Amino acid sequence: VPRLNSVADLEAYRSRLHAAEDATRPCVTICSGTGCHASRSDKVYEAFVEELGRNGLSQVQILRTGCHGFCERGTIVTILPQEVTYLQVKPEDAAEIVQTTLVGGEVVGRLVYHDDEGLEILREDEIPFYAPQTPLVFGLNRFIDPNDIDTYIAHGGYASLAKALFEMSPEQVLDEVKTAELRGRGGGGFPAGAKWQTTRDAPGDIKYVVVNADEGDPGAYMDRSLLEGNPHRVLEGLIIGAYAMGAHQGFVYVRQEYPIAVENLTVALQQARDYGLLGPSVLGSGFAFDVTIHRGAGAFVSGESSALMSAIEGHVGEPKPKYVRTAVSGIWGRPTNLNNVETWATIPLIIEKGAEWFRGIGTENSKGTKIFSLVGKVNNTGLVEVPMGMPLRQVVYEIGGGIPKNRKFKAVQTGGPSGGVIPEALLDIPVDFDELDRAGSMMGSGGMIVMDEDTCMVDTARYYLNFLSEESCGKCVPCREGIYQMLEVLNRITAGEGVEGDIELLEEISQVVKRFSLCALGGTAPNPVLSTLRHFQDEYEAHIYDKRCPSGVCKALISYYIDPEKCRACMLCLKNCPVEAITGARKEVHVIDQAKCTKCGACAEVCPARYDAVAKISGVPVPEPVAAGTQVIGKRGGEDE
Amino acid sequence: MSEISLTIDGREVVTQEGVTILEAAREVGVDIPALCAHELLAPYGGCRLCTVEIAKGGRSRLVASCVYPAEQGLDVKTESDSVVEGRKLILEMLLARAPGVEVLREYGKRYGVDVDKFEIEANYCILCGLCVRYCAEVKGACAIGFVGRGVDREVMFQPEIAARECPSCGECFKICPTGVLPSNYGMARVPHFDWPANPFR
Repeated sequence: VPRLNSVADLEAYRSRLHAAEDATRPCVTICSGTGCHASRSDKVYEAFVEELGRNGLSQVQILRTGCHGFCERGTIVTILPQEVTYLQVKPEDAAEIVQTTLVGGEVVGRLVYHDDEGLEILREDEIPFYAPQTPLVFGLNRFIDPNDIDTYIAHGGYASLAKALFEMSPEQVLDEVKTAELRGRGGGGFPAGAKWQTTRDAPGDIKYVVVNADEGDPGAYMDRSLLEGNPHRVLEGLIIGAYAMGAHQGFVYVRQEYPIAVENLTVALQQARDYGLLGPSVLGSGFAFDVTIHRGAGAFVSGESSALMSAIEGHVGEPKPKYVRTAVSGIWGRPTNLNNVETWATIPLIIEKGAEWFRGIGTENSKGTKIFSLVGKVNNTGLVEVPMGMPLRQVVYEIGGGIPKNRKFKAVQTGGPSGGVIPEALLDIPVDFDELDRAGSMMGSGGMIVMDEDTCMVDTARYYLNFLSEESCGKCVPCREGIYQMLEVLNRITAGEGVEGDIELLEEISQVVKRFSLCALGGTAPNPVLSTLRHFQDEYEAHIYDKRCPSGVCKALISYYIDPEKCRACMLCLKNCPVEAITGARKEVHVIDQAKCTKCGACAEVCPARYDAVAKISGVPVPEPVAAGTQVIGKRGGEDE
Repeated sequence: MSEISLTIDGREVVTQEGVTILEAAREVGVDIPALCAHELLAPYGGCRLCTVEIAKGGRSRLVASCVYPAEQGLDVKTESDSVVEGRKLILEMLLARAPGVEVLREYGKRYGVDVDKFEIEANYCILCGLCVRYCAEVKGACAIGFVGRGVDREVMFQPEIAARECPSCGECFKICPTGVLPSNYGMARVPHFDWPANPFR
């Protein structure tokens, strides 16, 4: 293990790594990020190890990388030096890839990306999903092995740290971050430089820096993927920040549900200590710094900074009033600077390329790039990094590839449970902190959930309020009782029992919860309701007054009905109904017993498209059933016309 | 400690740096409703009933007066429209949990609450945390604490500690503003118990 005691040591070591690299040496990189892991990337890895062994290809290197982002098509395997990327690779494909590409030098056509015209795209960054992206923070993930610090160093890792420690004073580092106008990526969008300055200026010798990796928004996993895929970049940013603020102790607060992140980070910290990048004299500079991992215990509210700091102190993770900022009085009353994973990971870039370069990316008040987790009803789900200001439409349609099954777009939910929905009419807004606020939503930590016409907005609000009611710590009354009462109203509306005045009641409670709650969880909790009310009030009204769910989601307001004119008595729905609510026989029109029906929709799903006899109806009474034994019109059941 | 002056409901108030708005208001007899504040305990900021509207540098916002420090030049309105609107709703929600409790009823009268606004789901505990904090901060025993989150949060004795500490104490029973704690343990009925020295009554 090299001990890096100076910049010269680091650079010499980097040169040695580069010299040892053989650009012609074949390499199989296998994405081992969260999404690919779920697509059995560990088995793909094992299959490659076995196949390479079987073929005696010991010179082929295998690199298990972090998340590439295109999770929809995992497991992603790239063969170097040819730079051929295979998607949706299964363990059983390993043999063919080894034979065809590594031995034969040919491409396995069926596994590469095919564009709309059916043309093959071999290189990963030419795939339309990636082409409009600017993967500054996230991009390195696919070239490095998170468990091998050498791969990070070989790609320029820790050069920014060396620059900060030896070429810049702490004030200069801080000024650079300030000039870059970097805003916190965790949700609030607070200027990072200003926060750093407060901590730096706060009295006291002992200061702390914290990485907030308590990412808890449903559907969001960008921080997870960064921490899992490139822990050293986060760590490098943290050390630079600690140097700028005069902190000698750092904490990484990782949620319990991220075991791989904890594993990879633990390895990264140990490697950094072994190399002399953490410890009593970082890179021989005399600056002392080390990091402790603190694992969360599963509470969403612990991502709130004062609650997180309480948890690190060993107390219950509950928010405290913050009229004195945590930047001045945080963990154990010491000045504590907390930033989110992505914010820290952006720091090395700013130091390396300069604030002016960073300011050149993005919009007037939102600089740089942002990683979004693009999920929901969109063809290409995954993690995407784009410059601030990219139109939302481009993210959803160009990168996301539009809505599956040609359904109609309805809204994008951004900002997690505290965010809001953005309707079609606002799809052309540039995505940045201010524009999303103006649209009644927020940036949050970067969750983007695409919703199509089959999504009910009242049900969506109910879903988020339910989440928040379970995650409210219960300390303050407006949040604890207010969210609960709002959820009661939403439950009532979606159950078809909404009454006149419910919308006004929701608005009234919203205002109080927003303005009277102790922390930001309560302060933003009404947002899902307020933003759906703002853009989709007609859906609320349909539920309350017409007892109709326009999207056909709310079970209490829908019925399944078999059109006797269309039914061909094929027995399919009858056999598939899990509660035996369908009567009929061969040649006899099938009828759903509405009293027995649980509205699971199985009948509609199995009814052959050419018959299309099962209708989902809402807001109108179910037509009287035909008399038992009514014969089908026309041809016999079970036969094609 | 230096002296500072601020305005509370149009009155010039001179107080010491470091006191909260609630304390400063109390000193001059301005009655701000509060359920979780107690002179023996550290500020908690849980009930939010003591929320007031403050203006500083042309911007106004709502803060909990029990935790917000009085500042030089602050303009405090303890009964602005937004404040009253919020207090009313908070009381209405609490009354659904602890209907008929005297302190809530009195505040309710003051703010004209609609007791039928929310369906009653009573357990009589308003989770003000006075018992929990008294046990921890004054007695140093930590025999009673919170478990659960959100509306499932509840106050519970920690049996091992309680078995040791509680038989000779029982002081938390007296501090409970709704009386549910003693009544749950057969010590008193909800309406009949001596109110502790609560500065807001």
